[in-house]
Amino acid sequence: MANKSWSTVGKPEQRIDAVEKSTGKVRYIGDYSAPGLMHAKLVKSTQAHAKIISIDTTEAWKMPGVRAIITGKMFPFHIGPILADRPPLAFEKVRYYGEPVAIIVADHEHQAKHATEKVKVVYEPLPIVNSVQQAFLKDAPLVHDNAEQYTKIISDVYPKASTNIGSHIKIRKGDFDTAWANSEETITATYSFNLSDHVAMETRSTRVEINPAGKVIVHSCSQSPFTIKKVLNQFFNVEVGDILVHIPMVGGAFGGKGTVQLEPLAYLASKAVGGKVVKLEFDREEDMTTAPCRIGFDATVQLGVTKEGKLVAGKYTYLLDSGAYSDQAAGITRAAALDCTGPYNIPNVWCDSYCMYTNHPFATSFRGYGHPELTFAVERTMDQLAEKLQMDPLQLRMINGIKPGHTTPTQTVLTANNIGDLEKCIHRAKELIKWDEGQKVQSGKNKVRTKGISTFWKTSTTATNAQAGAIIIFEADGSVNLNCAAIELGQGTKTILGQILAEKLGMDMNKVHVTMEVNTQYDPHQWRTVASSSTFLAGKAVVFAADHAIAQLKKTAAVVLQCSPDDLEVGGGRVYLKPDPTFGVDIKDISLGYTYPSGHSIEGQIVGIGKHIQRHLTPMDQQTGFGKPGPWWSVGVQAIEIELDTRDFTYSILKGVTVLDGGTIINPMTATQQMRGGMYMGLSYATSEKFVFDEQGIVQNSDLRGYPMLRYGEQPTEYLVDFIESPAIDGPFGARGIGEYGVIGAPACLANSLSIAADVELNELPLTPESIWQKKKEGTK
Amino acid sequence: MISFDFMYFQPSSITETIDMYNGVHEQGEKAMYISGGTEFITFARTNKVYADVIIDSKGIPECNVLEMRNDDVVIGAAVSLNKITNSNLFPFLGATVKQIADHTSRNKITIGGNINSELIYKESVLPLLLVDARVKVVKGTDVRVVSLKSLFDRKMKLSPGELLLQIIIDSSYIELPYISLKRTKFSKVGYPVVSVAAILKENQLRVAFSGVCDYPFRSDEIEAILNDSTIPIVDRIDKVLGNLPSSIVDDLQGSREYRSFVLKNVLLDVMEEMEMGE
Amino acid sequence: MNWQNATSKAIIHLHVNGETQEVVVRNADTLLSTLREKLGLTGAKRSCENGDCGACTVLINGEPSHSCLSLAVEVVNLPITTIEGLLDSPVRTAFIDKWAIQCGFCTPGFIVNGHALLTNHPNAKEEIVEEWLQSNICRCTGYQEIKDAVNSLIVENDDSINKTHPRLSK
Repeated sequence: MANKSWSTVGKPEQRIDAVEKSTGKVRYIGDYSAPGLMHAKLVKSTQAHAKIISIDTTEAWKMPGVRAIITGKMFPFHIGPILADRPPLAFEKVRYYGEPVAIIVADHEHQAKHATEKVKVVYEPLPIVNSVQQAFLKDAPLVHDNAEQYTKIISDVYPKASTNIGSHIKIRKGDFDTAWANSEETITATYSFNLSDHVAMETRSTRVEINPAGKVIVHSCSQSPFTIKKVLNQFFNVEVGDILVHIPMVGGAFGGKGTVQLEPLAYLASKAVGGKVVKLEFDREEDMTTAPCRIGFDATVQLGVTKEGKLVAGKYTYLLDSGAYSDQAAGITRAAALDCTGPYNIPNVWCDSYCMYTNHPFATSFRGYGHPELTFAVERTMDQLAEKLQMDPLQLRMINGIKPGHTTPTQTVLTANNIGDLEKCIHRAKELIKWDEGQKVQSGKNKVRTKGISTFWKTSTTATNAQAGAIIIFEADGSVNLNCAAIELGQGTKTILGQILAEKLGMDMNKVHVTMEVNTQYDPHQWRTVASSSTFLAGKAVVFAADHAIAQLKKTAAVVLQCSPDDLEVGGGRVYLKPDPTFGVDIKDISLGYTYPSGHSIEGQIVGIGKHIQRHLTPMDQQTGFGKPGPWWSVGVQAIEIELDTRDFTYSILKGVTVLDGGTIINPMTATQQMRGGMYMGLSYATSEKFVFDEQGIVQNSDLRGYPMLRYGEQPTEYLVDFIESPAIDGPFGARGIGEYGVIGAPACLANSLSIAADVELNELPLTPESIWQKKKEGTK
Repeated sequence: MISFDFMYFQPSSITETIDMYNGVHEQGEKAMYISGGTEFITFARTNKVYADVIIDSKGIPECNVLEMRNDDVVIGAAVSLNKITNSNLFPFLGATVKQIADHTSRNKITIGGNINSELIYKESVLPLLLVDARVKVVKGTDVRVVSLKSLFDRKMKLSPGELLLQIIIDSSYIELPYISLKRTKFSKVGYPVVSVAAILKENQLRVAFSGVCDYPFRSDEIEAILNDSTIPIVDRIDKVLGNLPSSIVDDLQGSREYRSFVLKNVLLDVMEEMEMGE
Repeated sequence: MNWQNATSKAIIHLHVNGETQEVVVRNADTLLSTLREKLGLTGAKRSCENGDCGACTVLINGEPSHSCLSLAVEVVNLPITTIEGLLDSPVRTAFIDKWAIQCGFCTPGFIVNGHALLTNHPNAKEEIVEEWLQSNICRCTGYQEIKDAVNSLIVENDDSINKTHPRLSK
């Protein structure tokens, strides 16, 4: 629970970016234009799988304004965040529709675009791998001929020769086979859904220049500025120190801006025009198909229980449609394995999680990192199991809910500190959805109202050395600047970090100035702004930076006040004596050092530095998955009430409930924003969103006309959000991560409520009236 | 971002418009009329359309008329869909066009543009077919008023250079009971899975469809079936399904089979709403 | 009007936020790209360029319009208002007060549309609000806070439409 003595933490401080954003004055990456800025446009593959026979650029070169044309032959190497399997520009063959094949740089954007239309690429079609099931077949065409030879960038990735398996992660905990054989009741169910897209409102965009001194200056809308440096260094041999990355505020990301795709292309483009500034901005269609999307997913879940409903065995087979390249899907494969059970205590667990190559656009991280997908499979199975056991689905979850003392699938021991309180979340969600008033009621002619629930959990699977730093610099007026590399992408991280600093310094929020832009040259290293990790990592760095500054403030003040630093306290813009707060010095008088009336000065500016690195994380054992993958697990419960028209299967979402235990909530309003927004995103995905492919693997809906999302008025009529706050002792003020969590259980609880309403098991997404009608037609259960 | 260049004119008279079209045409270049221009802009961006010269008809006074003229409602081809709805001159048309695209787009989309759309929906034509609307078109110096039906067969059959100026509706239709139902995949904003418009005139139901076949249509045969009170309604509807002018669309918005399921339900709603019981 | 002497470019005057601005455009330039690249008014966002998302919404002649669906040359004689011209709108403040802003990318479009909505329908019923605001997509908020912001300005208990909003005057 929020400590009542805090003045800023736990309070709904207004977002520090709201005023500027409301005026339209925020300059996002694409809002920059200047004379002399050059424009790059891509020639993209029109095939999903084909040999490149030739690329004829003759006509394109004749077009006005064209300054450079780059093809894959000029950089025939593979890059990637986990497994280096992706050529920035396709060479020899293309593996997905929309894949970059050539870059044209011209003076104006329309000229570049016009020239791309004149490039003639001759392809020789290859057999298409058009589904994850097909990819898994023994004699399937290979998307990559020698995947096992690609360079591993990080551990925990296992491509398998002569297959489409980009990685295979195993969990072996306990003795599944025996437990399964001894189970008194069992269930096996399968699930499947297609790839989909992030659709951040801001499409991906970057501009790169190489200055005469050899510095590579990158401006981008990325979640991973330091990864851009890493990639340009690793694969393009630019010295890390020569790469400067700037990130302004980002117009939505949802994981989709975590990987590095445009920056190397723009780097090649700039290099081709003598280092001039080149802008590469994706249009919506490119953002949806050329840029990475969200994984597709196929799952088989087997659960074994006692008659009383105690889970004893769980087996999970996950096939992730990673598309043409493994990118972050290789990491999601791992994340889905290590949390494969959902938040349940199961002693015997077996999981095979496969990252599968197909000829679909490649997938990367998406808010939830595989968890909405696995949660859908697990929670649908739990509901079907409850029915078999003739047990209240909520009760079944209560019996099996994971608690301190239990272990996770990777055998990490849970403590009161590293996991939230699931039981409390279930109770609160039960109240909010009014579970006891009935799960299904007839609400009119052909109308039925039903409720569905889902529990969820997730750890933050960062790199084992993931870290963040913060620098705070005091101004002459006693206010303070906060610089760190957490990126503001709408989640409110800069506000949260400002609150943590204000609380530590006992200062008003309006005295804390958080630099919104990230600049890798003056901001300390931060792993990335992904995995709900910034409040925890950067928050802790800010706490340490504040402590560092407080020590300096006390040191200076102790000289001025002629006492020991231990006698002093900092707060309210002053440093004062603990026993006599009226006796003190204003921070403004010591922030740039203290000057005596004689002119003599001491100490100098207060500059606080802080940093934090993950502790005790390990990779996973290849054979069993054993390891400690993340610092903590946030847990929660979501519930939905819907009304279905049983005649035409149209439905509306009446109520959405999210209860999360994310430790201390630093800002209840930004946290509520995250929960509602997450739930919306999960519901939009679950009701409407997927890529449709034709038989040639071509995306049929690569714009917002063909790719529907929930619009205003289609969200739940009522969105209820509440928090259970079991503090994480090692988190800043007891906080854990929360950013992704609102999305995780939403598809599952929607499907659970609709399955009851339609009286048929709905195990595929999205749940359009058509898909429900289709299931009904195939036979009621 | 439209990559190709074109010339653009917004003439202020019919004569000027037609002369310009013919002039361009004679030079062997491609001229194209626009009114709202939304479809041209979106298609041009993705290179689905090309023109050397764009002739914008919204400067022509005749194309901007929206009024009762004697016993007729007269609507210029360049009048926006929202203006039609807000004017309330012809509520049936207003209600139907209100279901097209989104509200903001409807400030720009014109009725002429919608009728002449290259897409399969053209929902604004549904009520017009049902009320025997007439259209005023011009080609060269020849201005004529003809029934819409005579020019509309799956799409507008305008010859090159011919321009739609106005739509004219006999005001006697205004008070007739009507219904306009659109069903989408999920979100309200989107192309129709099925869109049906109907009016009741002299106890006879008239119905027009969009999203069912790959063109909007009205069919005498279907109307005869639906008005045949000797048959139970469900049977009439089944019979309609067997008498569609061509096969049902199968696309992103809905499969063929699902569309026929939706169509049945929508027709049931229409029959119920219009009190067409046995 | 002699088309044979014409070119694919034009010098035009746009009336934006009460000022007349001279710009050279390609006829093929949309109003959106002209506002952004020629006039530096980047509040209208480029997002779908297909009229599907509302991020580029501006007022043309007082009506909300997808600026990606107009050519600059089409709107030379019409008053245009962008988010930069609506800094005094109570809708803007309501979006801040009701937490309707996250990444901020859709925000200008929503505020412009919401402003026009409340100007035209000060007492809009939910149905009208929904009809208007369905033109804009927000991917962050889930719309609840946007609904709260707009609803906070709706004048209740007044059935007259097209009446001037007490806090919104044209």
